[in-house]
Amino acid sequence: MSNVLEQPLSILESSPETAADFPAWFRDRQAAAWSRFQDTPAPTRRDETWRFSSIKQLDFSGYSTAIEVPEDTGSLIERSQGLESRSARFIFVNDTLIEIESKLPEAVICLPLAEALLTHGDLVKEHFMQQETRLGSAKWAALHEAQLTNGLFVHVPDNVEVEGTIEVYHWIAGEKSAVFPHTLIVTGANAKVRVIDYFKSENEEDAGLCLAFNDLYAGPGSKLDYLAIQAVNENSKVLSINETGVARDATAKSFVLNVGASWARNESLSRLDGEGSRSDMLSVSIPARTQEYDQRTFQHHVSPGAYSDLLYKNTLYDKARTIFSGLIFVDEGAHRTDAYQTCRNLFMSSDAEANSMPGLEINADDVKCSHGSTSSQIADEEIFYLQARGIDPVRARQLIARGFSVEVIERLEDEKVEALVLGFVDEKFARIATGGA
Amino acid sequence: MSYDSSTTLDSETKEAIDIDRTSGDFKFPERHKYDAGRGLNERTVDYISDVKKDPDWVREFRQKALKVFNEKPMPTNWATEDLNNIDFDIIRYYLSDGERPKRSWDEVPEEVLKTFDRLGIPEQERAFLAGVEAQYDSEAAYSNMKEELSKQGVIFVTSAEGLKEHEEIFRPYFGKVIPTGDNKFSALNSAVFSGGSFIYIPKGVKLKQPLQAYFRINSENFGQFERTLIIADEGSEVMYMEGCTAPKFETATLHSAVVELVALKGAKIQYVTVQNWSSNVFNLVTKRGLAMEDAEVRWIDCNIGSRLTMKYPGVIMKGERARGEVISIALANSGQHQDTGAKMIHAANNTTSNVVSKSISVGEGRSTYRGQVHIPKHLKGCKNNTECDALLINTKSRTDTYPAITVKGNDHATQHEASVSQVSEEMLFYMQQRGIDEGHAMSLAVNGFINDLVREFPMEYSVELKRLIDLEMEGSVG
Repeated sequence: MSNVLEQPLSILESSPETAADFPAWFRDRQAAAWSRFQDTPAPTRRDETWRFSSIKQLDFSGYSTAIEVPEDTGSLIERSQGLESRSARFIFVNDTLIEIESKLPEAVICLPLAEALLTHGDLVKEHFMQQETRLGSAKWAALHEAQLTNGLFVHVPDNVEVEGTIEVYHWIAGEKSAVFPHTLIVTGANAKVRVIDYFKSENEEDAGLCLAFNDLYAGPGSKLDYLAIQAVNENSKVLSINETGVARDATAKSFVLNVGASWARNESLSRLDGEGSRSDMLSVSIPARTQEYDQRTFQHHVSPGAYSDLLYKNTLYDKARTIFSGLIFVDEGAHRTDAYQTCRNLFMSSDAEANSMPGLEINADDVKCSHGSTSSQIADEEIFYLQARGIDPVRARQLIARGFSVEVIERLEDEKVEALVLGFVDEKFARIATGGA
Repeated sequence: MSYDSSTTLDSETKEAIDIDRTSGDFKFPERHKYDAGRGLNERTVDYISDVKKDPDWVREFRQKALKVFNEKPMPTNWATEDLNNIDFDIIRYYLSDGERPKRSWDEVPEEVLKTFDRLGIPEQERAFLAGVEAQYDSEAAYSNMKEELSKQGVIFVTSAEGLKEHEEIFRPYFGKVIPTGDNKFSALNSAVFSGGSFIYIPKGVKLKQPLQAYFRINSENFGQFERTLIIADEGSEVMYMEGCTAPKFETATLHSAVVELVALKGAKIQYVTVQNWSSNVFNLVTKRGLAMEDAEVRWIDCNIGSRLTMKYPGVIMKGERARGEVISIALANSGQHQDTGAKMIHAANNTTSNVVSKSISVGEGRSTYRGQVHIPKHLKGCKNNTECDALLINTKSRTDTYPAITVKGNDHATQHEASVSQVSEEMLFYMQQRGIDEGHAMSLAVNGFINDLVREFPMEYSVELKRLIDLEMEGSVG
């Protein structure tokens, strides 16, 4: 058989090729997901979950998974520098694993998903994409499920606390390259772990596509921190779906930083499954030029006596556009719920646009819920105050904008991680100051 | 919580609701000379035009609207599925006795007079109103205004009279604030509208007393579609109040009004609604005001009754420094869904808007706030403040909030805040300790929750409101 096609098949046309040695259940899941993807209609503007969205951004035709990994992976490994005290590092380029290092205790399972499917198939099966995607991207979640080839699987057994951070790099290389990063983290009772996903582009030009999915299960009394650093180049698109389940007395903290991409959509769902569970949903986004960030969140209080707190902050430059749509959903019987949701927009330009839809659906009484959303600019008084202390207005504005984001970043409660995130924030501000985005 | 742990309390709650409803729950036999029959098609619309002797432009307007209504889908992509339970084919779209509205209560047919007497309308008119219009099914039975006002040039007539006798003022604004195609129910109203008021306040005239309209449904399966247009000319001021009731029927009844307000330069319009429909009425109303330079439009809205209310009063601030405000109280009892909110469209510099919404959900009631704030980018100095607070009384009570805020540009300030809470046990305990029984304590707490908004209503209404809330709350606590 000869290959007559010059162009590789796009991700919308090529049915999944599940690796031969993967378990049968996984093959079935991929096949089912592929037909679900094909059967699910594309979203329209009439869908509430896509209100204010740029539907045209959902044209994913032409992207392919068949783009070759660049030969010089050494430089990418070189550029994959995060925290000094990491406990493990995984580097993927176009979903191909190129580097692995680990100082993790033996009891912890931390493997590329492709390997975990072979060695811990049942454990993966138990947790792999068990939730219905309800924030609008069911079709794209199905595409992700059908096309994914690798990712990371972390399982921390009961009473094991992982020191340091597991870092995962997802590089996108080549024009029209599509990646499907998948991160599945499961913590046992009273376990503790922190994972950072980095999404980056190999160069500043090639238009890539990242359809990422992360599934987090915080077992009883455990602590799970998850960070997603989205810093792909400005020609690329990102759609990421997060689903978090929090069991009794567990704490899950998720943080999303958006500085890259021409268009990025984040869908984050936290499900409070047990008494005393807690979920912190945090995000900092700094769009500039024509960047557009579309964030949809869901705080689902299934169990009584749980706590969730969401804080999203956007600093908008140039013609940037943001959409925030959040919902606190309190199930019948989920009494003694404490749920908070705040989205704040700081305008740095008169051409930017922010859309906020902070929502509540409460089906229980004896709850404490509130949401707030604000939009404003930096007051002249604030600039004046700093000017009076010898700081020029440009620098003053930068300082205030930085402080605005820092309020969220401090909630990470780890100095080194905070410094890491601030590094990306400062880099973005520096690019904006020199006319980039 | 302790006070709703047993189911018997719920039936007590129900009883309390029943007590309140009785004031409006009575009906008289139907006597209609004109009846457009059941269902809606081109002939129904023609029939209405014939009976009302519509001018040609109105006839055309209606037929066009009917097409739009038929083409538009139900907005169930965001609204409740309960809308699909409206059977447009069994509804009666026009019922009247063919009489012109009377200027004196003595001339009003006995049964109609008895109806409004029981509702206390003539009494209120004597006490504090500048004018009253009382609508019975499709048409106004009574319409009168204090003589000195007509001398000042104030017009207060039915919409039918408005479009015929005052076409030169009526027509340029009619359907302009709320175009036919705004939504499915504004299209429906545009096709079959009947009744409602037309008000014109001349330049500089400031009405000291409010004008009032009262809408009464007496017939089963009836659809009431009044259409109101209020134009306040430069520097004038007016307060308009409307009340609504219907008896309890076995089947659903539809009320779908369109209300357009135009406040010209420096004018002030306050529109007060106390809606107390019985719990089988679908109340789907479109209300919007246009505020020109330095003008102010305020919607003061209280929704206590109906099965489903969908109402989002809006203000388009078209002139500089225009101001829009929505003050809203909703009380949703078992079997009720109060889906209310506000729409603030900033279309000029330095415009400000304020939305304060408080809802109380009792029993299995559900209250929803839906809001839209829109500030486009070429503007400067716009401000919006939105506050929505919800109070949940029982374990099965429900509340939702869905605001949408779009801000373009950096010279604006918006803030939105919402909270959900219940009456805390500490609060009840505190009052009980001082010798107030739990029922009264609950009532006090609820009244405290809405007190700052109740004060926005005219005195007579605020007393009435407090009494209504007291009644509704009676028995909701053990």
